Amino acid sequence: MSATIARPGSLHRQRQWTLWGSYTALSFFVVVFLVPPFYMLMTSLKSSAEISAEAGNPWYPHSPTLANYMTLLGSDSFMRYFFNSVWVTAVVVVVSMVISILSAFALSRMGFKGAQVLSTGVFLTYLIPPSLLFIPLFQIVGWLGLINSTWVLVLLFPTLAVPFATWIMIGYFSSIPKELDEAALIDGASYMQILVQIFIPVALPGIIAATIFAFTISWGAFLYPLAYLYSADQVTLTVGIVRDLIRGDVFAWGMIMAACVIGAAPPIIIYTFLMDYYVAGLTAGSTKG
Amino acid sequence: MADGNSIGYGETALVSTPRPRVGSMRRFARRRSLFAILLCSPLIALVVGLQFYPAGYAFYLSMLNRKMTGFVLFDNFTFLMGQDSFQLVVFQSCLFAVSAVVFKALLGFILAHLMHNIRGQNQRIWRGLLLIPWVIPLALSTLTWWWLFDPAYSALNWTLKWFGLPSIPFLGTVWNARISVIVVNVWFGAPFFMIMYLAALKSVPEQLYEAAAIDGAGAVQRLFFITLPMMRNIILITVLYSLIVTFADFDIVRILTNGGPQDGTHLFATYAFQVGIQSGNIPRGAAVSLFMFPILAALAFFVLRDVIKRNKEITA
Repeated sequence: MSATIARPGSLHRQRQWTLWGSYTALSFFVVVFLVPPFYMLMTSLKSSAEISAEAGNPWYPHSPTLANYMTLLGSDSFMRYFFNSVWVTAVVVVVSMVISILSAFALSRMGFKGAQVLSTGVFLTYLIPPSLLFIPLFQIVGWLGLINSTWVLVLLFPTLAVPFATWIMIGYFSSIPKELDEAALIDGASYMQILVQIFIPVALPGIIAATIFAFTISWGAFLYPLAYLYSADQVTLTVGIVRDLIRGDVFAWGMIMAACVIGAAPPIIIYTFLMDYYVAGLTAGSTKG
Repeated sequence: MADGNSIGYGETALVSTPRPRVGSMRRFARRRSLFAILLCSPLIALVVGLQFYPAGYAFYLSMLNRKMTGFVLFDNFTFLMGQDSFQLVVFQSCLFAVSAVVFKALLGFILAHLMHNIRGQNQRIWRGLLLIPWVIPLALSTLTWWWLFDPAYSALNWTLKWFGLPSIPFLGTVWNARISVIVVNVWFGAPFFMIMYLAALKSVPEQLYEAAAIDGAGAVQRLFFITLPMMRNIILITVLYSLIVTFADFDIVRILTNGGPQDGTHLFATYAFQVGIQSGNIPRGAAVSLFMFPILAALAFFVLRDVIKRNKEITA
């Protein structure tokens, strides 16, 4: 932070104060913001008996146990939700990335008639929220015979992931100097060679960012699976956990929170390692100007 | 992102490679265009087939009768507008979106400034901690909030009692529930604003502040005459984008209150779900969703104006 005009000593002291003030305020915010995840973790370690006793301080488990996790890992239906989420997400990420890399390359480098309209259209679709279209899509996936089939998610999630992924990739691709592919083109390289051998390696940070985005969308999506899937063997993790709760007569909160921890773990792990790429991809493009 | 040298690739390539025969050049350009469109065809299919077509189809659907056997034109819309419960939905959607976005933007702005004071590796760690709410799938964290708000054994109420305060029925009354869903949305969305604003803050040249300091500008003046003008674009885009997303929000209300108590917290999305999917009145559900359309379109227009500029630079 910059400081006002003053003698060198006071400048230093003021910086020090700003720093400590910021740390204090941030600590407060971090504590407040982390209350729900903390409580999620703590509840997941409580036994059902402890929760239903409703006695004592609820913020920590009085006799911590991993029983909830053990039950979940042994439960066929929960493992089915988890597995569904995993394979749907894997397919959606691959499909979305292939579509967006190919089109971002064409849009940013092969200047053709309609490229501008198309990239604007892509951004427009990024602004269409799923809650605007889920009812007409209900009819459409009905015609396709995909109601209550997990494949419906493989069809629909790319519509949420591709526009923004393409957008990120266009940004990264167009920051690559034109001279690079011009030279390759003169040397007789084909466009596919240029894409695979120059663009993909150079734009790898952007590809990572877009991949994380596609993963996040697909892993956490709630509306589409809730609207189109109803049998327990077809739903994904989010809907599986929420539905089990809403349908069950007994609110097994310890188990539900353990399921939430398991569901929240993959994104948290991924962001721990790759956050910088994601933040760079997210903020690129919008920060200039 | 878009650097200064984004001139159209096609033109430069044609000009800079000296080739004598015009016919083959033209053929090359046409072949390249065809190939480019081929590369884009999955994208086009996706966008047209699963976004634009359903959007158009929604208008058609909304004008059918319940059994979808005949046209009723705008009956669904006029019926909804005359209904008290739907007027509540309109009111709550606007209240929810506007207040949540205002608080997210303010909180994000404060957090970004605090974060900006910390440099280096420490900033990464603090930023990571604050991002956690935004990283957890919203449906799952909303479940946790529900459990925190639980009337029987609420951890929040236990804490209030511990401090000697009366307990609060967080989801029990209409206004409490309205505030609760807004709180959860702010909790989830503020980190996103923080990241965007932090990136914007980093892009403000330090010399501006130094020059201002030499001229004797105070903290308030620096905020209003340097920081805010420099961040203007990103603030606008982020707020507009977030308004769209928040306005169309579904997960939080669906899980936390399911529209209750007394239909006081329904948003367009959750109401459309209840009418269209749960009660099976597809045309009327489509009509509920479409009420969002003019507002979303207006917001999208302002976002797009900015984006089209960028596209011109890149694809020119």
